[in-house]
Amino acid sequence: MSVCKCGANAELDPRWEILEDILNAHRGNAGALIQVLHAAQDIFGFVSEEVQERVAEALNVPLSEVYGVTTFYSLFSLKPRGQFKIGVCLGTACYVRGAAQVLTELEKELSIKVNDTTPDGKFTLEVTRCIGACGLAPVITINEDVYGRLQVEKVKEVLAKY
Amino acid sequence: MNLFRSHVLVCAGAGCVSSGCLSTEAALIDEIAQLGLDREIKVIETGCIGTCDLGPVLVVYPEGIFYRNVTPTDAKEIAHEHLLKGRIVQRLLYRDPLTSQIVQTYGEMEFFNRQLRVALRNTGVINPEAIEEYIARDGYEALARVLTAWSREEVIATIKASELRGRGGAGFPTGLKWQFTAQAHSPVKYVVCNADEGDPGAFMDRSILEGDPHTVIEAMAIAGYAVGASQGYVYVRAEYPLAVKRLQHAINQARDYGFIGDNIFGTGFRFDLEIRVGAGAFVCGEETALIASIEGKRGEPRPRPPYPATKGLWGQPTLINNVETFANICPIILHGAQWYARIGTEKSKGTKVFAVAGNINNTGLVEVPMGITLRQLVFDVCGGIPGGKEFKAAQTGGPSGGCLTKEHLEISMEYESLLQAGSMMGSGGLIVMDEDACMVDMARFFLDFTRDESCGKCTPCRIGTKRMLEILDRITAGEGREGDIDALLVLAENIKSTSLCGLGQSAPNPVLSMLKQFRAEYEAHIYAQRCPAGVCQALLNFNIVPEKCRGCGLCARVCPTAAIKGKPKELYRIERQKCVKCGVCLEKCPFGAIVRA
Repeated sequence: MSVCKCGANAELDPRWEILEDILNAHRGNAGALIQVLHAAQDIFGFVSEEVQERVAEALNVPLSEVYGVTTFYSLFSLKPRGQFKIGVCLGTACYVRGAAQVLTELEKELSIKVNDTTPDGKFTLEVTRCIGACGLAPVITINEDVYGRLQVEKVKEVLAKY
Repeated sequence: MNLFRSHVLVCAGAGCVSSGCLSTEAALIDEIAQLGLDREIKVIETGCIGTCDLGPVLVVYPEGIFYRNVTPTDAKEIAHEHLLKGRIVQRLLYRDPLTSQIVQTYGEMEFFNRQLRVALRNTGVINPEAIEEYIARDGYEALARVLTAWSREEVIATIKASELRGRGGAGFPTGLKWQFTAQAHSPVKYVVCNADEGDPGAFMDRSILEGDPHTVIEAMAIAGYAVGASQGYVYVRAEYPLAVKRLQHAINQARDYGFIGDNIFGTGFRFDLEIRVGAGAFVCGEETALIASIEGKRGEPRPRPPYPATKGLWGQPTLINNVETFANICPIILHGAQWYARIGTEKSKGTKVFAVAGNINNTGLVEVPMGITLRQLVFDVCGGIPGGKEFKAAQTGGPSGGCLTKEHLEISMEYESLLQAGSMMGSGGLIVMDEDACMVDMARFFLDFTRDESCGKCTPCRIGTKRMLEILDRITAGEGREGDIDALLVLAENIKSTSLCGLGQSAPNPVLSMLKQFRAEYEAHIYAQRCPAGVCQALLNFNIVPEKCRGCGLCARVCPTAAIKGKPKELYRIERQKCVKCGVCLEKCPFGAIVRA
């Protein structure tokens, strides 16, 4: 779906209004860029080109810089992501305890590679940095849910819950 | 005020939350209410107790009975048996991994009674969301004393005399950092807390922020007074949502109580705090990159000098310390520099929190005096290696550090001796590896991490780490060549000496250290096409041991590529060309007749 850039979509989609409120709170404050991008991603699920343009204008930062920051940090996504975001922790503790095999199994089960989304838009498979739950390694997260001590055999069972 | 005859502490650190402690807690509270005990027994949610692999964890006071892996059903049983009838539920007690003996109380567990908790003195003991509990444990007394009775110089002199060193990695003397920032001339200065704990496997900063956020707030206010700053920032990584939430809650509370904000304790001193949440970039743990990130820019480091102490956030003098460093400040103020300097070794004073994870019985957080030996830490405090396997190596300092081997078991854990051994203290992450770990694969893992996290600003780090990774990828794929090891060494030296910041300068460390300690393993991969630990898939071969094979045919049935041939009741064999080395046959064989070599 292509979105028109004239701003008319703001009337159609209430999410733009929420973004506008956040932008108003930080108007002209370049230092708030990362916090604003976080908020924008919470609202839309990703940071689209249109969102970047709005942010650039409101904070008075060149669009190139907004794009530079968005792409520098791994948590910002330029693409829409699935309904359920699976994060496989590849911190050292998880790796030592077999996270790589869990990742392979997820790729096999979902028939997608890392950073891809299933064609039905349900799952996005991502690799995360250490989430600090090293005592439970290996760990995966699905949206807010955390699954620790995940054995390869349990992967199917966990996916079936969604 | 109600008097309770018993308090039940429920660990609500991120590890235990992941293990489902919140439903356990809800079930417990529910059952206590149903039994009519809610006026006698109080349930308290605490920060991380430290035994993350045993979660959910409950401690029942006054006895200090320690229950582990408590499900909601178990919680009801504890309410009925222990809290109502006074009978301890034996089956939920902790069993010492070495002696297999049941240990009833918190104080009797080797894991706890060998620790000395200074930075972690409140984590797992108080409710992090109740400022009153922090105050009851002498909270904000250090700030009050300093503001009302101490000069700035006295504060700095005390921190210097304590010989506290930065706990974030480099071990720079904290008092000196404070002094440099205090001496910088500027009307505007900042205090920054580095909570961008990027080293995978280290989670002490997360636990302190989640379990005792006020200690960081108080210490930052003290630092603000000492260096002359009135604004502070805590830069927390986005992977720690719970820490952000609890810290924000604590900041609001402290502001309500007048411990931060304008005119603190009526002294006219002003200090306020804001949280900045990162967005996933390891390099932001480097102080100049962190400053750029707070300013809303790409987290790219810049050359030093000028150091942040003279030119930091928005060009102003800035003091940056990490979470654990700040957590040591208030006890030093309250108990004195001499008290602190008596703990530890000659050059490394005080205690250090280690996050011990990997192939180890008691994963979790431990705080011990500097100078403990690696053996004491791994075997005595943390209960050794599970499954009767052998200790092979321990990685300290994460992707910037190196590994310690069996020969280093008697090493004293302090800044200098670790550096001498080719490793480093780093932030205190300690990943234990057993005999099944392949050191080429581990080096490849760390380099993959640093290559991915290189910000790309300087060439040696951006391109050098990629070239090194390519070589390691080839070696683990069985395509290693003569000269690879030398090429790795040359690249490593160049990257170390020419990179702009600490990330690049330390990125080759794991490779160098593992090559030094386990060179034979690298050679086996390259020259004999063999992975001695049996990790590198491409180098594995599966064989059937004739003496053990009973000819059941299960392996042939489960093989996804039909690579196993044979007739029932006769010896089966694996066809090398068809085998994709998935390992399913090995897992399924009921007689253990399939081996990997």
